[in-house]
Amino acid sequence: MSSLALIVLVIGAGYFYLAQRAVLLLRSTGQHRLHSLPHYYGYWAAAVAVLPALLLLLILSIADDIVFKIMVRDFYPPDQQNLDSISEAIVLAKIMNVVKGIQFGSPDAWVIAAGETWIQWTETSRQLISLIVIGVSLLGGLFAYRKVSPEFRSRNAVERIILWILGLSSTVAILTTIGIVLSVLFESIRFFKMVPPTEFIFGLTWNPQFEGAERAGSGQMGLATYGMVPLFVGTLLISVVALTVAVPVGLFAAIYLAEYANNTVRGVVKPLLEILAGVPTVVYGFFAALTVAPLVRGAGESIGLTVASESAMAAGLVMGVMIIPFVSSLSDDVINAVPQSLRDAAYGLGSTKSETVRQVILPAALPGIVAAVILAVSRAIGETMIVVMAAGLAANLSFNPLDAVTTVTSQIVTILVGDQEFESAKTLAAFALALMLIIITLGLNFFALQIVKKYREQYD
Amino acid sequence: MTNLTAGALSPKEAIGRVAATLRRRRSAELRFRFWGQAAIGLALGFLVLLFGAIFSNGIPGLFQHYVVLDVELNKQRLDPQGDMSVNSLYAGDAEALIREGLLAALDNPTGRSNTRAARGIISSGSAQRLVDFVYANPNLMGQTVPVKFALDDDIDSFLRGFVDRNTPEADRRINDTVIQFVDKLVASERVSYEVSDYLFFGSASRDAEMAGIRGALIGSILTLFICVLISFPLGVATAVYLEEIAPKNRFTEIIEININNLAAVPSVVFGIMGLAVFIVLFGMPRSIPLVGGIVLALMTLPTIIISSRAAIRSVPPSIRDAALGVGASKMQTIFHHVIPLAMPGMLTGTIIGMAQALGETAPLLMIGMVAFIVDVPGGVMDPGTVLPVQIFMWADFAERMFVQKTSAAIIVLLAFLIVMNASAIWLRKKLERRW
Repeated sequence: MSSLALIVLVIGAGYFYLAQRAVLLLRSTGQHRLHSLPHYYGYWAAAVAVLPALLLLLILSIADDIVFKIMVRDFYPPDQQNLDSISEAIVLAKIMNVVKGIQFGSPDAWVIAAGETWIQWTETSRQLISLIVIGVSLLGGLFAYRKVSPEFRSRNAVERIILWILGLSSTVAILTTIGIVLSVLFESIRFFKMVPPTEFIFGLTWNPQFEGAERAGSGQMGLATYGMVPLFVGTLLISVVALTVAVPVGLFAAIYLAEYANNTVRGVVKPLLEILAGVPTVVYGFFAALTVAPLVRGAGESIGLTVASESAMAAGLVMGVMIIPFVSSLSDDVINAVPQSLRDAAYGLGSTKSETVRQVILPAALPGIVAAVILAVSRAIGETMIVVMAAGLAANLSFNPLDAVTTVTSQIVTILVGDQEFESAKTLAAFALALMLIIITLGLNFFALQIVKKYREQYD
Repeated sequence: MTNLTAGALSPKEAIGRVAATLRRRRSAELRFRFWGQAAIGLALGFLVLLFGAIFSNGIPGLFQHYVVLDVELNKQRLDPQGDMSVNSLYAGDAEALIREGLLAALDNPTGRSNTRAARGIISSGSAQRLVDFVYANPNLMGQTVPVKFALDDDIDSFLRGFVDRNTPEADRRINDTVIQFVDKLVASERVSYEVSDYLFFGSASRDAEMAGIRGALIGSILTLFICVLISFPLGVATAVYLEEIAPKNRFTEIIEININNLAAVPSVVFGIMGLAVFIVLFGMPRSIPLVGGIVLALMTLPTIIISSRAAIRSVPPSIRDAALGVGASKMQTIFHHVIPLAMPGMLTGTIIGMAQALGETAPLLMIGMVAFIVDVPGGVMDPGTVLPVQIFMWADFAERMFVQKTSAAIIVLLAFLIVMNASAIWLRKKLERRW
């Protein structure tokens, strides 16, 4: 595929040269005035030769596998025609093994036939794609080259192409959102067909382990229970611990930096706090599991408390440290946005600095600070690596921060890491959890933005 | 006026009343100030604790213990086919030669239990090391030369003092015979403590003494390469479109809302999207840097777009007016003037986005970059892993020496991040113009 793309680019370069030379020749005769600069003619020809061909190449090479999967259904014996998606995935895996030349026992004759045909299809499609793409490139370039004439408004044409490219680039954000929503939504709907939404949302037990019964096709749900309440309680518990660290520390640090510290202190402390934000979460996770968890455990046991070795406290503390710079920089912005006139008025009435902060600045900045805290909550809920490494997997329904709990994100990771069958309720549960996670984080984000918007209207 | 004067204080009374509260207010002020300083102290204390924990484990993790053994490079036994080809060297009996060298260094102990104990002292990858050594130095064939081998991780951890020789024999991982042998090697000055070559040049391994980050580092570089290749042009194009071209309509608004929302989506969700769209729907292979790079690119896109937009906005309108005034078209204005002037800001944003992508773990776990892969990926289509995922995997291994290896890998990762962030700051200071 990449060599084909290279060929297309070479064709494009060729047309660039041809088109540019053609108009230069015309201009050198002295009889023609070119509408645009010569290289625009070259760009025009090259763009028409390259862009549609590359786009086609991309689409075809993604589409061929999907088409094959539909075409291979003709090979299924009559008794396997209307397979559900689970069995079809298994059948396809068998065929793909033949394609890759991996032997597992002795596959059915039709599987081997299908696999061999698949290999033929791949070969044919590769040749066909090369032919089509190179053909489109050559013909497109030829078409553009034929259009080149001194009167042709090549600059406008090129600029229109650029405009389209820029506009299409900006839709990638939308496509990503659609991709996220659809991929999560479809699998969630399939999950909710197996597990009723009420059981998922209000269930008090999370135990996705047992699924032998369903796999045997008995139609029973086995012993697996998918109640997300323990996961959300665990997430909330860890987030609360994190925020009790991050909000006071972050807020006081921001107040001190904005109102008290001189420029030198600010110049040193601010970047240091930023370092905390730049440390990868996997490092925090390692730190939590290796250093903080034993410390918390030791401290708890020295005052006679039983602490789980993977306690919510340890993960929450470290997550709090991670969020400190987030809270402090957001609060810093908000505090700095409070008009100086309010401060001056308070000082003029004889208030001390702390009185000004407490009675004037904080009330004025409160909506922004609330928004910052909400964003921090959303951050804490979506944080993954720290909880995966330090919070453990025990789905206890507990409000005690010294217990081991698990979270939404760590369950998603545990379920989806490694090989998984894409069709079991357990795998699909991860998508349903992700759906809830998206809804909650985006909801919090939206809420925070609303507050900020309202607050802005006050001072502008 | 009258009711005001009725309640009014004389100036003297007023001063008295203020003075009475002054002490309290001043101490409240000091307290408040103290809380602010305490908060900063606490935050910086955490930073010190974090870096202290990483560095105190990680700096020793950059080193490891080696032993120098005199090995007879016997041509017939090392190279049975006699052509010095890799196949022939692997068919040879490097292991036995090393064992003979080791036993010689230990004054040739006899008995099965003694030889077994001796064999456990050096790393199980030693034969491979000798083969590589011979392959690189074919002219030494036939001589008896000193060759450096890594010690087994249990021995390494004993030499670092993690194993107390006074604990009962049954409770430690190495027995008395082994300790006696190691003491002998140390006494004959064969053991050295040096910068670990396995850490930087070794690949994934279950054995702590041989595990290295080379594969993960190359995987990270490939993934970041794909990531920047996709996210930089897309991010800049989107920023240009939104700032310079897009009409103020519903569609533009939807795009802007989308970008802000994407910035708030937890990273693990991008991984799920990558799994569902690229691997399941498009049928791309698992664990490859190409998919990893695409997922990270989509994740960092909002960062790059937002900072690029800020950079474009900071280019003064007079520049655009001047360009348009001398007859440049809209696109010429953008591509010849606005983008070059905004480039430092865009690059800064991109570097910061790449630093974010380099440290990201969760989405890559989702697309299977967590597999145990020994081979170093040769391209973006080869299965591989990345540095943070390698750290995550090592953190799970129970052996004592992996804690240090993990910390050492973290130091390498942090070094890369510091370099990237520092270059972003440098770029901003050096190239950005204030108008």
